[in-house]
Amino acid sequence: MHNEFVVVEGDFSNAGKASSEIKKTLKQLNIDNQKIKKIVVAVYEAEVNAIAHAYGGTIFVDLDQEKIAVTIKDVGPGIPDLDKAMTVGFSTASAKVREMGFGAGMGLPNIKNNVDELEIKTEVGVGTEIKMVVNFL
Amino acid sequence: MTENFFYHALKIDHKICYGCSLCMRNCPTEAIRVRNGKATIYGNKCVDCGECYKVCPSGAVYVAQDDFDNIYNFKYRVVLMPSVFLGQFSEDIRASQVYSVIKEIGFTHVIEVESSAMTHTKLTNKYISEHQDKKPLISTFCPAVVRLIQVKFPSLVDNLISIKAPVDFTSIYIRKKLIDEGADPKEIGIFYITPCAAKIAATKSPVGEDKSTVDGVLNMDTMYNMVYKQIKQHKEYDKSVSANDAPSDSILFALTNGEKRLTDCRKSFAIDEIHNVMDFLEKVENDEIEDLDFLELRACDESCAGGILTCGNRFMINDRMTQRARKLAERERNGETSRKKAIYSEEDFLIENASVAKILPRSMMVLDDDISVAFQKLTRIKEIEAKLPQTDCNVCGAPSCHALAEDIACDEAKLSDCVFIQRNLEMRNSLSVEESVEILKKIWGEEKIKDYVFKK
Repeated sequence: MHNEFVVVEGDFSNAGKASSEIKKTLKQLNIDNQKIKKIVVAVYEAEVNAIAHAYGGTIFVDLDQEKIAVTIKDVGPGIPDLDKAMTVGFSTASAKVREMGFGAGMGLPNIKNNVDELEIKTEVGVGTEIKMVVNFL
Repeated sequence: MTENFFYHALKIDHKICYGCSLCMRNCPTEAIRVRNGKATIYGNKCVDCGECYKVCPSGAVYVAQDDFDNIYNFKYRVVLMPSVFLGQFSEDIRASQVYSVIKEIGFTHVIEVESSAMTHTKLTNKYISEHQDKKPLISTFCPAVVRLIQVKFPSLVDNLISIKAPVDFTSIYIRKKLIDEGADPKEIGIFYITPCAAKIAATKSPVGEDKSTVDGVLNMDTMYNMVYKQIKQHKEYDKSVSANDAPSDSILFALTNGEKRLTDCRKSFAIDEIHNVMDFLEKVENDEIEDLDFLELRACDESCAGGILTCGNRFMINDRMTQRARKLAERERNGETSRKKAIYSEEDFLIENASVAKILPRSMMVLDDDISVAFQKLTRIKEIEAKLPQTDCNVCGAPSCHALAEDIACDEAKLSDCVFIQRNLEMRNSLSVEESVEILKKIWGEEKIKDYVFKK
């Protein structure tokens, strides 16, 4: 099953739409609550990341009986130093973003902690593609 | 599905209901459908919040209650009166008069539910400090919220504070007191005046408990009418009866902020009205709010002052209660009344009996326990939804196109129930006009279709 969501640059007020929709679907499938929580938290983080740093993007959700795969593909600045970005507390978020309660430098590490598979493709000046998978079994 | 049957106090009288569908359109959990021209409730989706009761224009939605005469099966007839009940009466009627009149109409003992609120608070604070790993901890005071979490937010059931409600504490206390004084347990009947349907449902099939602590429930509007009639007819009342007031800081417990105010937490919220509660729980489930300690959640706007069985305006009820608390606090400060109540001597006993069994999820959202079947259904829902017009017109007897799609996937409805699909099929000569009318009759009843023909 395939589903897509559009991410709009700077639109923090709509952050969480995709994760809520995913959550509803997984509840209907009777997926373990802890697993639902993991993917929802990870998607929410990635959604906020794309809103904060990129110029917009798309969330692709692919679901089958064994797993859920979510890809967040954005058009944006890309991540120059991926290792650094994976460090807890490291943030390049602007003061404006921080003021809104985002940008604490927990995004990528938090995503990594919550998913079974994480794959990041990034190119400076082009954009970033984050693919995450949570297995149900 | 975990369990399908739960007692519901909200019922629909099919003799009165004429199928206007207002309740269906307002039900926050999409638990109502129109069938044969009557509103019908899906028991596994209903959380007893009472929104249907509020909007019903014909009075067809009603709240089942115990027969008042049941109280006479007991020698000791105790009424558990929430402070909200006193808030129903205008300022010129004294609390002591209400106490006195309740005795006149047949009760032997009156005790205010909130008498045990401070013990409850003490336990809640202890529970919160001992369960930091389960943050945010969610109050179980409002039974509609507990049910809402069970059916719609099952991942949060572990966050529910599993201790009894003040009404249970007060009930346990008064029962013990009477037994200690020599009463035969069989002769004690404890009745609770309820401001809402959810409390009745919670009493009849308590969540996390095998047996209710009270023997019967009386609806607040019924009790108000009985007491007020007596007050109007007889100006005189037994002045020797005094109001056994609960402490000033506990009588606002059932209002919004009542618990939050008393809880030792750094970050807590008090949220009332069921849609607000649902929106907030959505955020909590997504982990969008950090370092949240405690949530006081109430299904009704203005909490229990806005209960569906209260009489009068919820803001005025709130104001009267606030005034009473203020006056009581003043009397406490002047030493005219003591904050130390008899109930505190039994605090240890109450604390021993405070816990309830684990509250389990009973998700209404699960399509099937078998993931492959659930997945098939989900795929079907998406397919069906794509065919539906997304107008949410309700003509199919379901609250939304999405709800119809779910019903169809679960074999509770047919695609041809959709009026747009019907037109389409008629156009292709796959469905006759007569068949379309039959479908409408099944949903909206014979009468409605007949009437339209005659009225023309």
